[in-house]
Amino acid sequence: MGKTLFDKVWDAHVVDSIQNGPQILYIDKHLIHEVTSPQAFNELEARGIPVFRSNQIVATADHNTPTINQDLPIKDELSRKQLEQLSANCAKNDITLYKLGHKYNGIVHVMAPELGITQPGMTMVCGDSHTSTHGAFGTIAFGIGTSQVAQVFASQCLLLTKPKSLRVTVNGELKKGVLPKDVILYIISKLGTNSGTGYFCEYAGDVFENMSMEGRMTVCNMSIEMGARGGMIAPDETTFEYVKGREFSPKGEAFEKKVSYWKTLPTDDDAVFDKEYYFDAEDIEPMVTYGTNPGMGIKISETIPVDDNASFKKSLEYMNFEAGESLIDKPINFVFIGSCTNSRIEDFRVAANFIKGKQKAHNVTAWLVPGSKQVEAQIINEGLKDIFEDAGFELRQPGCSACLAMNDDKIPQGEYCVSTSNRNFEGRQGQGSRTILASPLVAAATAVAGKIVDVTKDIETLELA
Amino acid sequence: MEKFTTLTSRAIPLAIENVDTDQIIPARFLKATDKQGFGDNVFRDWRFDKYGSINKGFSLNNPIYSGSILVAGDNFGCGSSREHAAWALVGYGFKVIVSSFFADIFKGNALNNGLLPVQVSEVFLKTLLDTIETHPETNLEVNLENQTISISNSDVSESFDIDPYKKTCMINGYDDIDYLLSKKEQIQAFEAEKTY
Repeated sequence: MGKTLFDKVWDAHVVDSIQNGPQILYIDKHLIHEVTSPQAFNELEARGIPVFRSNQIVATADHNTPTINQDLPIKDELSRKQLEQLSANCAKNDITLYKLGHKYNGIVHVMAPELGITQPGMTMVCGDSHTSTHGAFGTIAFGIGTSQVAQVFASQCLLLTKPKSLRVTVNGELKKGVLPKDVILYIISKLGTNSGTGYFCEYAGDVFENMSMEGRMTVCNMSIEMGARGGMIAPDETTFEYVKGREFSPKGEAFEKKVSYWKTLPTDDDAVFDKEYYFDAEDIEPMVTYGTNPGMGIKISETIPVDDNASFKKSLEYMNFEAGESLIDKPINFVFIGSCTNSRIEDFRVAANFIKGKQKAHNVTAWLVPGSKQVEAQIINEGLKDIFEDAGFELRQPGCSACLAMNDDKIPQGEYCVSTSNRNFEGRQGQGSRTILASPLVAAATAVAGKIVDVTKDIETLELA
Repeated sequence: MEKFTTLTSRAIPLAIENVDTDQIIPARFLKATDKQGFGDNVFRDWRFDKYGSINKGFSLNNPIYSGSILVAGDNFGCGSSREHAAWALVGYGFKVIVSSFFADIFKGNALNNGLLPVQVSEVFLKTLLDTIETHPETNLEVNLENQTISISNSDVSESFDIDPYKKTCMINGYDDIDYLLSKKEQIQAFEAEKTY
């Protein structure tokens, strides 16, 4: 029987197997940030254990950082201390850190791919559930808890039971205005938030083959929202082209050698998955969520379903929506384009192309938060910043920002935010905030109209990137 | 890590599905750099309203319920990988979480902190919730060695699964670091010979 992409990468990293127990999996790259690493450093220090492979760890500051005045000292004392501790821990343990203001600083899942740290066939971990993003490269990448961060510090390995395999195939051609974000929101709305639990997911078919690396990252990023620890897409010419020439990518002959290995990774024709799902690209439309988990999504032209489940009702009550109603024309005062899901240059190009020559509605506060310093520089160099500012949008500095509202970028109590982030949990964007997840196009259109509009209606006239 | 063998305790019901780790511990409390104090803020925005007043309708605030077992709805612990969620539950005093389904990362984090996730059938979960809500004084018995959860003084019982390796760790209070460090030579040999 043939092997899946996941099998091939996993099997190449197994150091040993415990009888009737987990396997020891070797980890190639370990990404860390300020929020989930300090307790792991403390643990090692308390037990007198040194960091085993500091050259395989890369650190960035992202979760807790301000998105304005990054050159000034951080006002919030706890945030400042957390960042100071990250700097001290990295210095003490000889770990590369792209701290606030560094030209490579950014959201961990944006900066690592753009620097070529992420490469096909690797195993990668980070104390952040959206580490699944890196699976876009044919990488086994997944989020871990802080105890596991300490384990990787100590041994560059983790004890894990091999997950089951799941494949989601989407064939056909996407309609105009349907973006990678819509594809993954559609999949999660069909499969639910726990269908992937215990599985690693491979995305296959025309839709993903024809997608850019940025789009593939958006899709893999949200694998965790259907419970899957990670998502993967087979590496191909699009992948190799993206990786080539980046700061930490292999160069020259070494690169060619890697490419010939990477070409052996895609799933064999006769491989068998534990679970398979198939969808038609033509059935996907721009999506919005209406509830408090990412599985509660509908096509923008649809109405909220009716369900008697108590948790479902509690969710609608929190959102102040009625079963059976449409979200079209709902007034929206906040729009956020950013997060590790949608803060890459392609996302801002889509938004800028829509916004060009238009004006943000007066009632809307629209925050644009690039995923990294490099994306920020691209936005400026490509002239997008002028488009955004002319339209009344606020371009801020890189970071996780209003996706989880750890810093000051919070949506006020009771307000709706159409957001390109990944989670619409209660209070995720600030206490009492109400999140509607959507693509950068739907977010941009909302900001211009000041309410949710059916972008499918004028899809033929849309100018997209 | 604290050892776990058996526990007999009353339980607190939380009949809500898809409880995510943002509810267990909201992001604004993740700025601490040690593991202490998170228990004070467990389920913060469900225990307290926006003005900081106690939400009397929430089960953790209901004086009729007590105990170190939380019985929660399906898909408990989904969302963020924050281990702070496990620290918060342990800090509040929970030793066992019962649900019909757990999210992967949360389950691992709980096991790494001596907090036992007990996965039961949906039917058994409903029986537990109904029993606790009608008779809050009911004790539950969790036996890790036998992998059973029972309602005290009744024949209502169900067995649960746990990875044999993690079971050994829980019973003895071992953690994965101890085991991995014992394999260092093998890890170094793997690094020298790896084929990719």
